[in-house]
Amino acid sequence: MVGHLATTTSAPPELKAEIKNLSFYYGDHQALKNVNLALPINAVTALIGPSGCGKSTLLRCFNRMHDLYAGNRYVGEIIFRPGDVNIISPRVDPMEMRLRVGMVFQKPNPFPKSIFENVAFGLRLKMISDKSVLAERVETALRSAALWDEVKDRLKQSAYALSGGQQQRLCIARALAPEPEMLLFDEPTSALDPAATAHIEDLVYQLKDRLTIMIVTHNMQQAARVSDETVFLHHGEVIEANKTSTIFENPAKELTSEYLTGRFG
Amino acid sequence: MIDTHRLIARRRLQDRVFNILGIVCMLLGVITLGALLIDLAVNGLTRIDWAFLTSFPSRKAANAGVFSAWVGSLLLMLVTISLAVPLGVAAGVYLEEYARKNWLTTIIEINIANLAGVPSIIYGLLALGLLVYQFHLGQTIVVGGVTLAFLVLPIVIVSTREALRAIPKGIREAAYALGATPWQVIKDHLLPYSAGGIATGTIIAMSRAIGETAPLVTIGALAFIAFLPDSPVQSQFPFVNFHWLNSPFTVLPIQMFNWVDRPNNPFNDFHRNAAAAGLVLIIMTLSLNAAAIFIRYRLRRRIKW
Repeated sequence: MVGHLATTTSAPPELKAEIKNLSFYYGDHQALKNVNLALPINAVTALIGPSGCGKSTLLRCFNRMHDLYAGNRYVGEIIFRPGDVNIISPRVDPMEMRLRVGMVFQKPNPFPKSIFENVAFGLRLKMISDKSVLAERVETALRSAALWDEVKDRLKQSAYALSGGQQQRLCIARALAPEPEMLLFDEPTSALDPAATAHIEDLVYQLKDRLTIMIVTHNMQQAARVSDETVFLHHGEVIEANKTSTIFENPAKELTSEYLTGRFG
Repeated sequence: MIDTHRLIARRRLQDRVFNILGIVCMLLGVITLGALLIDLAVNGLTRIDWAFLTSFPSRKAANAGVFSAWVGSLLLMLVTISLAVPLGVAAGVYLEEYARKNWLTTIIEINIANLAGVPSIIYGLLALGLLVYQFHLGQTIVVGGVTLAFLVLPIVIVSTREALRAIPKGIREAAYALGATPWQVIKDHLLPYSAGGIATGTIIAMSRAIGETAPLVTIGALAFIAFLPDSPVQSQFPFVNFHWLNSPFTVLPIQMFNWVDRPNNPFNDFHRNAAAAGLVLIIMTLSLNAAAIFIRYRLRRRIKW
């Protein structure tokens, strides 16, 4: 049904995930307060807001990253499609969600292994061990991350020999290789120079044809450039969520416009 | 301006004083060690020859050798390391990666740190009571090896945990974010990346164990052993045997102590033998360490930091 409607502009977009009454606690501290959001499929949703507003916390709910540390608690639902899986349900295996939802971190964090092995790790986790299949999928992933031409002659070299921007694209390739349905970006360019940042932004823009993207950013120009939807968070609450153009040109809330014009945050 | 100059001059002086102090402290350590080594070498070097290394103890100093002692030390290290490293690494990984942080694990952690400070003779008493009297294992290589493994276990555990903690959080998260299980993260990432640090801990543990005398004397290791344990390799299937584990043994430090303990007699000079045995012990320690450093180098070369 939705497939037909999606071609017309007025139809509601098909959703990849729906957040319902999500609260999150670090021990006693409540970091997210009753968040409700809909994430359209094959679109880029940007999370903006001042430091400590809960952007990263919300992002990291999607691959159950909070499960790695003791004392964290989720309340509510994140319904993920297809399958209508509640990501944060204790009955859902975090390993399974992490195969479906990839992540790129703030600081480039390649493994201290060769370029090839970095990208191949996620594939090996999916029990792919055939050498030619591995080689093919590593190449595909590196091409998708616009890194293949720069590294094709030195796949056996250490990932640490690459520049910061290349390392971050390698991390994107690593996340893409197992073919996740959604990709999370946690301030992916905050450690990079402007040229490398532009490169990553281009990538994010291209990748949305294939998967759903959620990106946390401190840089409002970046949110305006790459995203279709923007969510403004403050003190763990969603203040405003809308089309990026609407948020930037015509915000509905006073707080949003104050943040966007740099009066706080 | 003058004030600035005086201020800089004063700070320079402090800098120079500390520099000289540092050099003096370092030289103090190095010279003492050097003097000890030279003293040992002067007394013992001429005594070391093939016969010394392949002879059993004897009542005549000139005929006595350290054959049973160095073989005993080597076999004991084999048992100690093959017990202490797997146990210590597994315990360290468990405490660092799996254990929930609660009062019980906190108590365990504090006690492991305390165990590293327990005098070695206490471990000897424990082994004597438990392994020798209770389990009737005898005064054998296996008992000696287990005792020393207990002794150095805290060193291996602590160094494993330190090595794991040195791995950046981002690497762990990256591996988990790809959908790896804790065991896959440990096996494919954490252990390979911390292997260098674990190897360093193993070197320290081995150096400590090889020089230990007190716990081995306590369990009743003999000073006079005029035979070798059974060979661990044999010509028939399955080509290895473990009878040597049940053999009585002596080690170089015990042999040394035994020789030093004798009255000084220029015509039957056991003290010279002791110096020579000391040199053998040092050479053995250094070559075991060299082997471990080589392994560490090979492990680190596979990690491309």
